Amino acid sequence: MTASAAPGGSLLRGSRRRRRNEAAVRGALFAAAALSILISVGIVLSLVFEAVSFLSQIELSQLVAPGWFPRRGMFSIATVVVGTLIVTVIAMTIAAPVGLGSAIYLSEYATPRVRGIVKPILEILAGIPSVVLGFFALTWISPNIVQNLFPEAKGFSLMAAGIGVGVLTIPLVASISEDAMRAVPNALREASYGLGSRRLTTSVRVIVPAAISGIVAALILATSRAIGETMVVALAAGASGGSLFTVDPLGPGQTLTAAMASLAAGSDQVAGANAAFQSLFFLGLLLFLMTLVLNVIADTFVRRTRQKY
Amino acid sequence: MNAPSAVLGSRDRSVRRDGIDIRGLLFAGFLLLALLFSLAILTVLVGSQVVQGFPVFAERGIDFLTSDLASNPANAGVAQGIVGTALLVVVVAVLAFPVGIMTALYLEEYAGDTALARFININVRNLAGVPSVVYGILGLAVFVTLLAVLGDGDGKTILSGGLTLAVLVLPLVIITSAEAIRAVPDALREAGFGLGGSRWQVIRQLILPAAAPGILTGTVLALSRAIGETAVLILVGAVLGSFSTNGSLGALLTGPYTALPAIVFDWARKPGPAFQADTSAAIIVLLAITILANAMAVVLRNRYERKW
Amino acid sequence: MTTTSSEGPAPAGPDPVLEADTAEPAASVAPAVVRLRDVGLFYGEFRAVKGVSFDVPTHQITSIIGPSGSGKSTLLRSINRMNDLIAGTRMEGEILYHEENLYASYVDPVEVRRRIGMVFQKPNPFPKSIYDNVAFGPRLNGFKGDLDGLVEQSLRRAAIWDEVKDKLKQSGLTLSGGQQQRLCIARAIATDPEVILMDEPCSALDPRATLQIEQLMAEIKERYTIVIVTHNMQQAARASDRTVFLNMAEDRAGYIVEQGETAQIFTNPTHQMTEDYVSGRFG
Ligand SMILES: Nc1ncnc2c1ncn2[C@@H]1O[C@H](COP(=O)(O)OP(=O)(O)O)[C@@H](O)[C@H]1O
Ligand SMILES: [Mg+2]
Repeated sequence: MTASAAPGGSLLRGSRRRRRNEAAVRGALFAAAALSILISVGIVLSLVFEAVSFLSQIELSQLVAPGWFPRRGMFSIATVVVGTLIVTVIAMTIAAPVGLGSAIYLSEYATPRVRGIVKPILEILAGIPSVVLGFFALTWISPNIVQNLFPEAKGFSLMAAGIGVGVLTIPLVASISEDAMRAVPNALREASYGLGSRRLTTSVRVIVPAAISGIVAALILATSRAIGETMVVALAAGASGGSLFTVDPLGPGQTLTAAMASLAAGSDQVAGANAAFQSLFFLGLLLFLMTLVLNVIADTFVRRTRQKY
Repeated sequence: MNAPSAVLGSRDRSVRRDGIDIRGLLFAGFLLLALLFSLAILTVLVGSQVVQGFPVFAERGIDFLTSDLASNPANAGVAQGIVGTALLVVVVAVLAFPVGIMTALYLEEYAGDTALARFININVRNLAGVPSVVYGILGLAVFVTLLAVLGDGDGKTILSGGLTLAVLVLPLVIITSAEAIRAVPDALREAGFGLGGSRWQVIRQLILPAAAPGILTGTVLALSRAIGETAVLILVGAVLGSFSTNGSLGALLTGPYTALPAIVFDWARKPGPAFQADTSAAIIVLLAITILANAMAVVLRNRYERKW
Repeated sequence: MTTTSSEGPAPAGPDPVLEADTAEPAASVAPAVVRLRDVGLFYGEFRAVKGVSFDVPTHQITSIIGPSGSGKSTLLRSINRMNDLIAGTRMEGEILYHEENLYASYVDPVEVRRRIGMVFQKPNPFPKSIYDNVAFGPRLNGFKGDLDGLVEQSLRRAAIWDEVKDKLKQSGLTLSGGQQQRLCIARAIATDPEVILMDEPCSALDPRATLQIEQLMAEIKERYTIVIVTHNMQQAARASDRTVFLNMAEDRAGYIVEQGETAQIFTNPTHQMTEDYVSGRFG
C-alpha cells in the first residue's frame, strides 16, 4: 500500500515486460470498448447535422402538407408518422397475442421435447431476412389474406405490410417474454399448484403477473422493432413515390422507414445536398428518437426483472 | 433447469377428474394455435418461394447461380450477388468479430462495476435497438463520405457496405460474447490466478477457450444477420448492374457492388411474373444461406451448452 | 532478500527473527515464512476480519479453524492476494513474506501467487487433459526444462501418479472428486511454490478421499509450507502442527480467539470458547 522502495532485486517485483504487456492489452481492449461510444456519437452527429441543414433549407410550413412528396417539397410529417403507427399497431395486434401465447406455451405447457423442436423453429423465423418477408407480404399475404378478408383492399397496403412486420416480430416477443417467465422461481408455481390451481390459473394469475416486467419489455422492444422495420414496408406498403395523408390501412401508404428507403433507392430520384435528399436524415433522426425512447423504457423494465430475482 | 410442466403434469390430470375444464382446454388450444401460427407461416413462406422459384432452377439449373444480372429475366442470375455477399461477410467478420469480442472482454473481465463500464453497457444495449436503416445513414454520412474522399469513386463500395454492416452487427457480437464470457465459472478464473496467471494469460488460455462455443454461436448469428440485411445496403448504395466480378480484388473492393438481398429487393419491385419467379429463386438461395447459418448456430449452441 | 524454495527438504528461510518480535504471543520456534501483523480485511465498508496476527512457520501445517462466516477464507486469500480480484476489497496491517511486505506498492500480485499457491474448496481442474492441467503453471512461467518429468514428479508428489499415469491425455474432469482435488494439488505443486494455501480442500470429498489428502499433506510438508482452512475438527487435530482459531465478534468481524500448537489448542485450550468450539458445542 505504502510506496516503499523495493529491496534490491526483490523477486516479488515481477517482470516489467509482463506488466507492460498487460497494460497494452488492457489499453487495446478499452479502445475497442470505447469504439461503441464513438459509434453512438457518430450516429447522432450524422443525423443531427444533416437534419438541421434540412430544416434550415425549408419553410417549416412545408412540414405540414397534404402528403409526403419530397420532390415537390411536401414533407408532411403526419403522413409518415401516421403510416408508421398504423403499421405498428397492426403488427403488434398480431405479434403480441401470438408471441405471448407461444411464450406461455413454451414456458408452462411444453414438454422439453416440444420445446426442443419449437424453439429452433422460432429462431429460424427470427433469422428470415426482412426483404424476404417483404416479398412474401406483397405476393402472398396481400392477395391471399388481406384481399380475401377485405375485397376492397389494394395490392399494396399498410395492412399487408403490418402483418408482415408482425410476423417478423413474433420471435422477439416470444423469446424475451419466455425468458422472463422461465425466470419466475419454481417455488411460485409449486405453491400455486399445491393450492390446487390448474395450469390456466397458474399461468395467467401467477406466472404472467410475476413476469410482467419482462413481458412489457418484450412488447415495447417489439414495438420499437416494428417502427424501425424497413424492407417489409418498402416492398408491401407501396407508395414508393410518395403518398397523400391517409389513415386507410387497406390502401398504400408511406412510413418513416419506407420513405427513407425510397429516398435512398432512388425512386424519388434525389441525391446530393438538396432538401429532398436531406429529408432522409430528418426522417432518420425522428426514427432514431422514437426507437431510442422505447428502448430506454424497455431497458428499465428489463432491469426491474433482474432486481426481483 | 425448470421444467415444471414435466414435473407437475401428472397432478394436473389426476386431481379433479370431475367435469371437463373447458376454459383450460380453450386456453391451451389458443396457446397451441399461437405456436402453430409461426410454424404455418414459416411453412407457407418457404413453400411458396419453392413453388415459385423452383421452375427457374429446373429450367436453368446452375446457370442461375453463375449468371450476371441482366435486364432479361430469362438470363438474369445472382452470381454477382453471391460474390458481393461473400465479400461483405469477410469484411464484417474481419472488423466486427475482433472488436466485438475485445469489447466484451473489456466489459466482463477488466471494467468491473464502474460508472464507465455501466455507461458502455447501456450504450451497447441501445445500439442493439437502433433500426438498421439508421445505421445505413451513419454509413452514408461517414463511411461513404470518407471513402469518397480517400478514393476516387463515389465511396459506395464493398468496403463502405461492409463497414456499415460491421457496425450494425457489432452490438450483437458484443452482447452474445459477453454472455458467453459471463457464463464461464469463476472457479476457472480463480484456479488460473491461483497458479500465478496474469489477467491476459487467464483470459487467453482459460476464459476464451471455455467461452469459444458461445462466442462462435453469437458470431454466426451476427453473420447471418449481416447476410440478410438489406436496408443498410440500399442506403450505402449496393447499386445494380455494374458490379464486375471479373476484375482484380482491388477493383472489386473499390468499385460499385451489389449483394444477394439487394438483388432480391430490386427484382421484387420489377413487374411481371418472370422476374417474380427469379425473385423467388434468389430468395431460395438467400434463405438457404441464412437458414444454414442459423441452424449451424443452434447446433453449435446445443452441442456445447455446458453444464458447469 | 527472498528465498524461493528449491528442490530439497532443507529449510531455506531466513534466520529466525523472533527476538525482535517480543510483542507477539505464542511465537513459534520454527522460522516463519509468512507473518501477519494486525491484519484487517474489508469488503467495501464491511469488516470481515480484524486485528489478526500470526506466524506461518516453515515446513509446518498451520490450520485455521472457526465457525462459518468468521473470515477464514477471506484471511487465507489475503495471503496470496487473491482478494485483489474482488472489487471493493481492502486490507489493513501487514502481511510479510520473508520479511517483505506482500502489499508493498512495487509488489506484483502475479509473482506472489506463483510463490504462494492455492487449492480451492471445490476441486476445479481445467477442462483440459490431466497432463495439461499440471503443465499449466510451468507453461505460464515459460518453463524450459523437462516438462514430462516435471508433470510426473508433481503427480507423484500429489500421490495420484499411479492412478492417472495411463490416461494423461484424458480430461481432468473425468476423475473422481478426490482424484480431482489431488490433481489440483499436483497442479499447484508443479509451479514449485513455497507455500500452499488450502481452503477446505476436503469439504466436497468422502472420508476415504479426505484421508488420502491428509496423508498427502503430511508427506509434502517437508517440501512446502501449508496453511489449511478446515471446518473439520478431527482434520485440524490430526493433520496440523499449529492451529489458529477465529471467531466472529459482535460486529461480525473475525478475530483470533486463540492460537498455538495444535495439541495444546485441542487438549488444553486457554479459552472456554475454544474448548466449546473444538468439542463441537458450537459452530
Ligand atoms: N465477495 C464478498 N463480498 C462481500 N462479503 C463477503 C464476500 N465474501 C465473503 N464475505 C463476507 O465476509 C465474511 C467472511 O466470509 P468468509 O471469509 O467466506 O468466511 P468463512 O470462510 O470463515 O466461512 C462473511 O460475513 C461473508 O458474508
Ligand atoms: Mg470459507
